[in-house]
Amino acid sequence: VSAVGVLAVAATLAVYYAADALYRRSGRHPLLHPVLLSIAALAALLEAAHLPYPRYMDGARLIAFFLGPATVALAIPIYRNLSAIGGSLPAVIGALVVGSTTAMVSAVGIAWALGAPPLIVRSLAAKSVTTPIAMAVSGEIGGAPALTAVFAILTGIAGAIAVAWIFPRGDRVDWRARGFSTGLASHAIGTAHAFTLDETAGAFSGLAMGLNALFTALVLPLAAALLPHSLRGH
Amino acid sequence: VFTPRLPAAALLRSLAVLVGCELAGNLLAGALGLPVSGTVLAMAGLFVWLIAVRRVPESLERTSQGLLRILPLLFVPAGVGVVAYLPLLRREWLVLAAAIGGSLAITMLVTWATMLGITRLLSRRGSREACDS
Repeated sequence: VSAVGVLAVAATLAVYYAADALYRRSGRHPLLHPVLLSIAALAALLEAAHLPYPRYMDGARLIAFFLGPATVALAIPIYRNLSAIGGSLPAVIGALVVGSTTAMVSAVGIAWALGAPPLIVRSLAAKSVTTPIAMAVSGEIGGAPALTAVFAILTGIAGAIAVAWIFPRGDRVDWRARGFSTGLASHAIGTAHAFTLDETAGAFSGLAMGLNALFTALVLPLAAALLPHSLRGH
Repeated sequence: VFTPRLPAAALLRSLAVLVGCELAGNLLAGALGLPVSGTVLAMAGLFVWLIAVRRVPESLERTSQGLLRILPLLFVPAGVGVVAYLPLLRREWLVLAAAIGGSLAITMLVTWATMLGITRLLSRRGSREACDS
């Protein structure tokens, strides 16, 4: 690893550490999400130092390598979250299939209808999925994983903000339904926020995040392979 | 950080299991020509295995916890790759805001309504059956 590579690793660690400290000090405000802050700060640093991204990645891929085993390890919290299902299995399966399909179709549909270029459309398809898995899926369907990372984080932040007011005021609050829809639509960032509202909402949000990640990761590449040009990559 | 400390051998074994799963997933996806990412396939495989054995080995659990606590850091380098797309984002930001915001709102409301609908349908049927019997 070159000296620039070591510098890239050090800068990534330092920037993330600072962003995470700021996020914690803010009481975990969704708009100060440490990954978004880190990406913005490092992008600005690369710009200022006239360092091309491939030279940064030369060192930073040492960090990125561990994304693979960490993504595999996500199986464990997804498995643990299954215990939240209890007696709600039919509702969970129904909401998963309908919600997950809605998330993919509506993102692709709106972007396509507004004339977005195919790379944007493909990179948006998995935007509701937890970031590491969304990036892997995006790569499979011909999107840009870097764009998908940013879209997924923005979706998570928007979901964390929306959960407090988007649901219609009605007779009785069903925290399972609120939590499940929050986690399905806005993955880990929405889930973290759902936990601050209600314990049951948090548990169902985590459950939905895991199930949606599995469902989307298996269904979207198959759908993209079957669908015509609008979604197909490569 | 961990009390009692995880033995080095257990930590290394668990890391080897995770990397080995990833490798197996990639080989399998490649050999079968599956469109699914090998890493995701590995995660799905580990998930199915956990359901089958119904327990998480302690060293794997603790190694994974350590890894998952820094998970957000691990996707920062790939995310920085967004610098290559800044002109595209500048041009398409309005479409993106509409697609992300619109899809998020639709997804949250549709998922919420589906879950409530099924729950109410089943509880109504359940109470009717209770009355019948």
